[in-house]
Amino acid sequence: MAALTKEETEALIQEVLEVYPEQARKDRAKHLAVNDQSLEKSNKCITSNRKSQPGVMTIRGCAYAGSKGVVWGPIKDMIHISHGPVGCGQYSRAGRRNYYVGTTGINTFGTMNFTSDFQEKDIVFGGDKKLAKIMNEIEELFPLNKGISIQSECPIGLIGDDIEAVAKKANKEIGKPVVPVRCEGFRGVSQSLGHHIANDAIRDWVLENRDGDDSFPTTPYDVAVIGDYNIGGDAWASRTLLEEMGLRVVAQWSGDGTIAEMEKTPKVKLNLIHCYRSMNYIARHMEEKYKIPWIEYNFFGPTKIAESLRKIAALFDETIQEGAEKVIAKYQSEYDAVIAKYKPRLQGKRVMLYVGGLRPRHVIGAYEDLGMEVVGTGYEFGHNDDYDRTIKEMGNATLIYDDVTGYEFEEFVKRVQPDLIGSGIKEKYIFQKMGIPFRQMHSWDYSGPYHGYDGFAIFARDMDMTLNNPCWKQVKVPWKTAESSDVAVAASA
Amino acid sequence: MPSVMLKKNAEGKLVFYVPKKDLEEVAESVEFDSPDKWGGEVLLSDGSKYYFEPINEQPDFPVTLRAKRLDSGE
Ligand code: SF4
Repeated sequence: MAALTKEETEALIQEVLEVYPEQARKDRAKHLAVNDQSLEKSNKCITSNRKSQPGVMTIRGCAYAGSKGVVWGPIKDMIHISHGPVGCGQYSRAGRRNYYVGTTGINTFGTMNFTSDFQEKDIVFGGDKKLAKIMNEIEELFPLNKGISIQSECPIGLIGDDIEAVAKKANKEIGKPVVPVRCEGFRGVSQSLGHHIANDAIRDWVLENRDGDDSFPTTPYDVAVIGDYNIGGDAWASRTLLEEMGLRVVAQWSGDGTIAEMEKTPKVKLNLIHCYRSMNYIARHMEEKYKIPWIEYNFFGPTKIAESLRKIAALFDETIQEGAEKVIAKYQSEYDAVIAKYKPRLQGKRVMLYVGGLRPRHVIGAYEDLGMEVVGTGYEFGHNDDYDRTIKEMGNATLIYDDVTGYEFEEFVKRVQPDLIGSGIKEKYIFQKMGIPFRQMHSWDYSGPYHGYDGFAIFARDMDMTLNNPCWKQVKVPWKTAESSDVAVAASA
Repeated sequence: MPSVMLKKNAEGKLVFYVPKKDLEEVAESVEFDSPDKWGGEVLLSDGSKYYFEPINEQPDFPVTLRAKRLDSGE
């Protein structure tokens, strides 16, 4: 199918909006846009980070998910208590595939679920005593933990428990960091506020722990990788490149990360931000307080990787700059071979994306390296500054949708007819049943890593494997030939 | 009175960041910008204007300061 023109895309948005009642239509209209590269600022065309409309189905999570699931959860040597009823933690347990090294249950705890399992009496009489008791039990059963975080679920804020006081007391008793996080699910409009709250908790309870302590030997090449959650090993595939070019990665935030690494981060020379949305807050804080500069980088696809490596190297001396060139040259034959193999099979294919807060713009380059085109993209919980960074990455007249509803997404897909959709588990089966190839772009569909040169090879293979899978030819029902189907549906409506 | 995070970018220009609004903007001009006086009216590249109480030295960027919004323009 040929690409839609600007007018056609605008008409499509109007058509989709038509079914809404007036109020909802007005609101949703602000979240849908046709990309225009000439715009400098996204607020001229799109509104984001607003409360979803009641009655429509969107794909967002809660603040607890942003803090426990994204930012804190991957810190492997701490125990994160899902404080409140059992469900929030249990139903999200081990779902994010942030890989780590260690022995689970002994010195790392990533895939386990710790909860205070609130019952009626805890709601009525408060849960502070229970929390204190749990922490003592944790110390007894898992003595090798390096600290505890308390991740508040909705009821904690509602009943007004004083988890800060409990945390301070426990910190004195057990002599390890105990961090209370006020990430009750009802705060904010999406998981995004949970990221922010989690960042603030790190700022207030962790970052200062080693202020004035210079015993950690530093080098001029110390960096921290911030906002890489090591999904399927992403942070590892990134770290090797940085180390090969001569940098020393002191900390990984937070995939395969430890509390000690976080405490040492104020000593680094540069913070490297991958997921801007979830961790820019802490980077900005460190810039102000410790004068550590930060830059955003993108390790999806060889074009962006080379760009990023050079951008990072430019902030260091010649040895690092040479190192960057060496790394790029070293992997060239590898990624050239990947492109030579997969580009002919993927060239010209059109992709629609709908992911969280970073990938809707960051993976575009990787698709383009394979000759594919991203014709629609949107964020679950992006803010204006994310859309600012998206406009230039996307082609003119492509679709942009913020906090898209289930209905809108389906209608867009029916009209745009992409060859591939990249989104999450909740969207996967709807689109597969519509006969459209689909990849989960949160969990990499249980594959990965996708970061770095190693990741690109896997990314290319996965896209080809999904898109060119012969099964898609079989999903059409026999009585609906390509020509008759539209007519039949129209007649039956 | 929003809190504004100010820093210099690679070109030495002042960058304005208002966390609450996700506003990230380069400053076009700063009314007083000499070693012994800084502040006054700041015009951003999107046309909005802010006012900082002038101080008698250059702030140590990056820094968070409180500003007054002078216009309510988009
Ligand atoms: S919204 Fe509240 S109850 Fe629901 S998962 Fe989040 S913290 Fe738990």
